[in-house]
Amino acid sequence: MTPRIDRRHARRLALPILAVGGIALAGCGGDDDVLRVYSGRHYGIEAAFEQFTEETGIEVEFLTGNDAELRERIAAEGDETKADAYITVDAGNLAAAAEEGLFQPIESEVLSSAIPAELSDPDGLWYGLTVRARTIVYNPDEIAVDDLPTSYEELADPEWNDRVCMRNASNVYQQSLVASLIEHHGYDGALEIVEGWAANADIMGNDVLILEAVNDGLCEVGVTNHYYLAREYDENPDFDVELIWANQDDRGTHVNVSGGGITTHSSHPEDALVFLEWLATDGQQVLIGGNHEFPANPDVPPDEVLVERFGVDFVRDPLQASVFGALNPDAVRLMDEAGYG
Amino acid sequence: MSVLIAALVVIPVAMLAASILTPRSDVWSQQWATRLPGEIVDTALLLAGVGVCSTLLGTGLAWLVSAYRFPGVRVFGWMLILPLAMPSYILGFLTLATLGPTGPVQDQWRSWFGTDAWFPDIESIWGATIAFTLVLYPYTYLLARAALRDQAGGAYFAARILGAGPTEAARRVVLPLVRPAIAAGAAVVMMETLTDFATVQYFGVDTVSVGVFRIWRGTYDRDAAAEIATVVLAFALVAIAIERIARGRARFGQSGGEGAGLERRVLTGWRAVAASVACGAVVVAAFAGPVLQLVVWAVREQTSDRGTPLVDSFPEYLSNSVQLMVITVVVCLVAAVVVANAQRFGSRRLTGVAARAAAIGYAVPGPVVGMGVILAVVGADELLEAIGLDLPGAVATGSLVVLVYAYVVRFLAPGLGAVESGLGQVSEEMTASARSLGASSIGTIRRVHLPLSKASLLSAAILVGVDALKELPIVLLLRPFGFETLPVWVYNLASESRYEQAALPALSIILVALIPVALLSRRLERPG
Repeated sequence: MTPRIDRRHARRLALPILAVGGIALAGCGGDDDVLRVYSGRHYGIEAAFEQFTEETGIEVEFLTGNDAELRERIAAEGDETKADAYITVDAGNLAAAAEEGLFQPIESEVLSSAIPAELSDPDGLWYGLTVRARTIVYNPDEIAVDDLPTSYEELADPEWNDRVCMRNASNVYQQSLVASLIEHHGYDGALEIVEGWAANADIMGNDVLILEAVNDGLCEVGVTNHYYLAREYDENPDFDVELIWANQDDRGTHVNVSGGGITTHSSHPEDALVFLEWLATDGQQVLIGGNHEFPANPDVPPDEVLVERFGVDFVRDPLQASVFGALNPDAVRLMDEAGYG
Repeated sequence: MSVLIAALVVIPVAMLAASILTPRSDVWSQQWATRLPGEIVDTALLLAGVGVCSTLLGTGLAWLVSAYRFPGVRVFGWMLILPLAMPSYILGFLTLATLGPTGPVQDQWRSWFGTDAWFPDIESIWGATIAFTLVLYPYTYLLARAALRDQAGGAYFAARILGAGPTEAARRVVLPLVRPAIAAGAAVVMMETLTDFATVQYFGVDTVSVGVFRIWRGTYDRDAAAEIATVVLAFALVAIAIERIARGRARFGQSGGEGAGLERRVLTGWRAVAASVACGAVVVAAFAGPVLQLVVWAVREQTSDRGTPLVDSFPEYLSNSVQLMVITVVVCLVAAVVVANAQRFGSRRLTGVAARAAAIGYAVPGPVVGMGVILAVVGADELLEAIGLDLPGAVATGSLVVLVYAYVVRFLAPGLGAVESGLGQVSEEMTASARSLGASSIGTIRRVHLPLSKASLLSAAILVGVDALKELPIVLLLRPFGFETLPVWVYNLASESRYEQAALPALSIILVALIPVALLSRRLERPG
């Protein structure tokens, strides 16, 4: 059945095949002394990597992408992987990578003294590098400070019906917050709270939309990550939204991390370690860049906007990041069950 | 050959589908009890809405600019293709940013009518339907126009001469002739909508694809996600079936030569104005308006002190994107021509199945294709190692070959659809005559089939090229180190909600996509 291919046609077919092949080989090449990083963190990492190379002489190549898919790629590549380190946002992703055996244990005095234990994996498989708090934001024109909800749990109360904007269930930050509720209240307790949220909240596609909706007075309060609000202040110092730190009367505000680890099949584990140690110390500021996260290393001061507008002395939920990270799948199921969009 | 191509396309999809063989009832029952029924309803509503609206809009506009003369018809003829250059994820966030609850339109509305004034809820299925229709109608428009141009002219003319009125001739003669093209366009539109998981989330629409990703990324359970993905596949099969039925038994071949296009009637008075306004409104809503908004953002970002990150790397991203687009087009077209033509020469049953199978990748969301390809390639690598052929790096993931492979898996279908509908216009008798005069099958393809379906081939090239240029999830997942493209640049900024900074890279994607679109429209405008 196959059509006969004469020589002239063969030559025509050969051209595209050669073109593809040639470029493919070019793409496969690469210097073997280079540290390769898969990064689910996107903003400002070029600056951090450049400065790292300047300071240490270690060349870095990086590949950005969606956190979950990069993790799948490392898993599928197995011992063929080119990744030496995997950096990503959200403890859930880090916990999943650890669970799948993608990280090798790190023994480093520098890392264990720079990064608090609750922000790292207990077995040293990964370390948190920056901290993001998920808390309650409000519009001071719409609601008096005394009337504000003080906890995530309170937002499930019918009194908040139609007054609150929250993030959709597909978002990892929202998943992590719910995972922390599961740890504190048990599955059924958390389910009740999230059902209350589902009944009350206008659910939106991203944190910036929530902040704008609060600013426009469409909702009185919202729940977002703190640095999105700090960014709005960068654009517009008169942005009409403030935050309060949630759950200050009990366990503290839910905080998540971005962090990283060394891959199990890394070809340059020593360089990868130098890299993580640098990110946890000298590199903290440049890694955070203009993104207004808190440094995971308590010796590094947070940026001015945070100090001036938010106050940085607040109680943080001491829950191990690895614990709520591991509960992430349960959180997704719970939100499905609660009918939370 | 066509069977081999089909097999290559099916393998990655099959590797993921294999998880179904060991069903995990807990996930199924949990999802059935919670989200899945609602997701299925929303998916069906969205697909039906977008399918119907895009078909009506695309076909209607194609008929308008092909059959009539009115002020600006030439300009509109090509301008109506422009939204093809607009990635749906960009139009999605633009629609929400302008018409959404926090956008300027509703701000103004509230300042006029008070904070509680009613405004249609944009974050809804119908909001998503409008956004998808505006970016996807060009697919039906394009295919319908090519068909009208290539084959409807003579038949319409004959019908008119035989006494049919313009409407009757259009309905009874032209519509059946272009029906396969319209059906192919509708199928493409529905597949694009079905596999999207980013744009729908802006609008808060819970489709099955969104569910697949929530489970995959949120519970780290690929097998469970793959199982829910079978529901997506089921929808795809329904869409394909609808296409088959709509296409029906239609087999129309020209007796020879290129079509001369329709004789255009001149519209006058209010009809002419209405036609111009209708075309203009679509161009503004789907293209000019969004582009203007992007330009405003881009200028504001460029002149602010923080600027747009990564501008320096622009030439590199551009050349990577273009390279990838060109290679994908070449490979997909060669594959599509082989698969489509095999049906003329080979065992009809086998090649027919191969052709349908080769189109399956289009029904699968990009990231799922990407994962399947990784699994297939790693599997092939292990197989080669097992038989002692160690090719380090050559088959490992993260090479351009793998990337192009995944693109072909995903984008063969739109190319194939267009090539097939072009080939449909070449009558079986012509193939038979060429063969009986001694031409080889390749010679017949080259000297008879290809020249007669040039317009459709060009459409195929553009459809595949623009899709490949805009594609994001596959390139995110499979690209080699350091191989950054324009959409990756947009993604890196947009995923951190830095939409304004993403305006400049978004504009650059649209500008690049305009090149093939412009080539195509010139070809369409040239008199037959």
